[in-house]
Amino acid sequence: MLIWVVRRILAVIPVLIGVTLAVFSMLFLVPGDPVKMMLAEFVTTPEQVARMRAQLHLDEPLLVQYGRFVANALRGDLGTSIRTRRPVVTEIGENIGSTAGLALCGMLVAVAVGIPLGLLAALLRNSWLDVGSMVVALLGVSMPSFWLGLLLIFAFSLHLGWFPATGGGDLAHLVLPSVTLGAIASAIIARLTRSSMLEVLGQDYVRTARAKGLAWWGVVVRHALKNALIPIITIFGLQFGNLLAGAVIVETVFSRPGLGRLIVGGILAKDFPLVQGSVLFVATGYVLINVLVDIAYAFTDPRIRFG
Amino acid sequence: MPSPTRASASADGAAASGPGVARRLGRQRGAMLGVSILGALVLLAVGAPMWSPRDPIRTAAREALQPPGPGHLLGTDQFGRDVASRVVYGARISLTVGLVSVSIAVLLGAPLGLVSGFYGGRLDACVMRVMDVLLAFPGILLALAIVSVLTPGLTNVMIAVGLAAVPAYARLMRATALSAREYLYVEAARALGGRDPFILARYILPNVIAPLIVTATLGLGTAILSAAALSFLGLGSQPPAPEWGRMLSEGRDYLREAWWISTFPGLAIMLMVLAMNLLGDGLRDVLDPRLKT
Repeated sequence: MLIWVVRRILAVIPVLIGVTLAVFSMLFLVPGDPVKMMLAEFVTTPEQVARMRAQLHLDEPLLVQYGRFVANALRGDLGTSIRTRRPVVTEIGENIGSTAGLALCGMLVAVAVGIPLGLLAALLRNSWLDVGSMVVALLGVSMPSFWLGLLLIFAFSLHLGWFPATGGGDLAHLVLPSVTLGAIASAIIARLTRSSMLEVLGQDYVRTARAKGLAWWGVVVRHALKNALIPIITIFGLQFGNLLAGAVIVETVFSRPGLGRLIVGGILAKDFPLVQGSVLFVATGYVLINVLVDIAYAFTDPRIRFG
Repeated sequence: MPSPTRASASADGAAASGPGVARRLGRQRGAMLGVSILGALVLLAVGAPMWSPRDPIRTAAREALQPPGPGHLLGTDQFGRDVASRVVYGARISLTVGLVSVSIAVLLGAPLGLVSGFYGGRLDACVMRVMDVLLAFPGILLALAIVSVLTPGLTNVMIAVGLAAVPAYARLMRATALSAREYLYVEAARALGGRDPFILARYILPNVIAPLIVTATLGLGTAILSAAALSFLGLGSQPPAPEWGRMLSEGRDYLREAWWISTFPGLAIMLMVLAMNLLGDGLRDVLDPRLKT
């Protein structure tokens, strides 16, 4: 098991090297001169352009630049934002809490709604509840999160006045964004839970447990659900990534501070160091979370480690 | 619903015949609903100048923020522009964006995956490592990063959304080609002296077409959603283009006094994506039930 875990962790290294290469090369894929593009909105002298070029080490050979980029990143230095002139790491540090909270609460909503919905749909197959919940799930998958967010603001903030419409801070500010973020993921989890549960319910051991005379609910929870949840764990990693990416949109809808708004603001302001640093941070986080999910998966399903 | 034996029989070997697929698709209520919605939206998009009551970008300050009514079926926005006309014209933009993005993804991803899976070895390892790196950027983040490099704009959004979807097609095609190349008839074709391009086109391609069609149909919906999201963030189409995501973002500030500005474009996006998903699900059941989750 330990060897498997170590091998899984080592397999991440080439991917992370690729990610740093991709993020590093962003600056060089910009059509035209990236420095002029970044400074387009400022009145600049040639000296200032040259100073900026030196500050970004753009006059050095590419390989040296890449080496410096990776070495700095490993030391926790992701450069300096052009707009705010503050270290990118500080900017990320100030925003990560808000985004992580939003993603976690979104996941909570997704699980709390998705798993019971999928479970009920599977247990009451072909009933109106099954059809209804799958229709809701299909609508959820097709709904743009930014529209759902606006509808929730319209209903629960502007009309009912239950929750604040925009901004970050206390728990009340977290409710509508979490529901918006979690709703789409819950639709996906509900569909997956349903199909996974239907498969498990048809297995011999479920029939045996029923034949032994065990209570129906006991069989569902102890024998069926436990096994049906295995494939759902893998989707967690994927969904968590989607939630992180979804936070980009939800944060804009609710004008919440966070990594998503940081990135979008960076793109609009052509603040390349900020965009590069935050994108690198999110991608690395996503890769590492997926490794953790894989390891958790192996713990729940011995077929993975020994297969 | 098709019987399991019949459905799985069609998934094996070459793609099912056109009329057979259409007939079986016709029996799927969900897919037919999708086709009807999609048909209506395509008609709306093609005949936009005919249906739309007004010029979608003509402003009229005196008619600003009028609620839906006989004069303006879906109301007017803060500049007095007719929301109905903008939604109708928006269908053109959304359909174009979806088709162009998915075409980019398919044209780049499918050959890459096909060749990679067919030949295997170092080429395969190389291509798949690159795809792994691209997949390390979750969801819309890759498209965001690409837009930031290409600078915001609708054309660049189509490129970004298309490029971001390449790994999905490359992986799908690789997996299908990998299993297809082991079939006996491929071995037989090789024994008879068939060259690689011939074997790829004649024996491998028909096997991968069905999952490709299904994934591309479902991908259309995802592409439209992503592009609308990027426009909503201000990185896609620029004003005054009647793009649905952009309209939603513009209507955001008027939610209290004019709910209709953002509600109808949102509904339009959802209907279009729903139609693609329904059609994609139906096609999957008919063409390739193995993909069903």
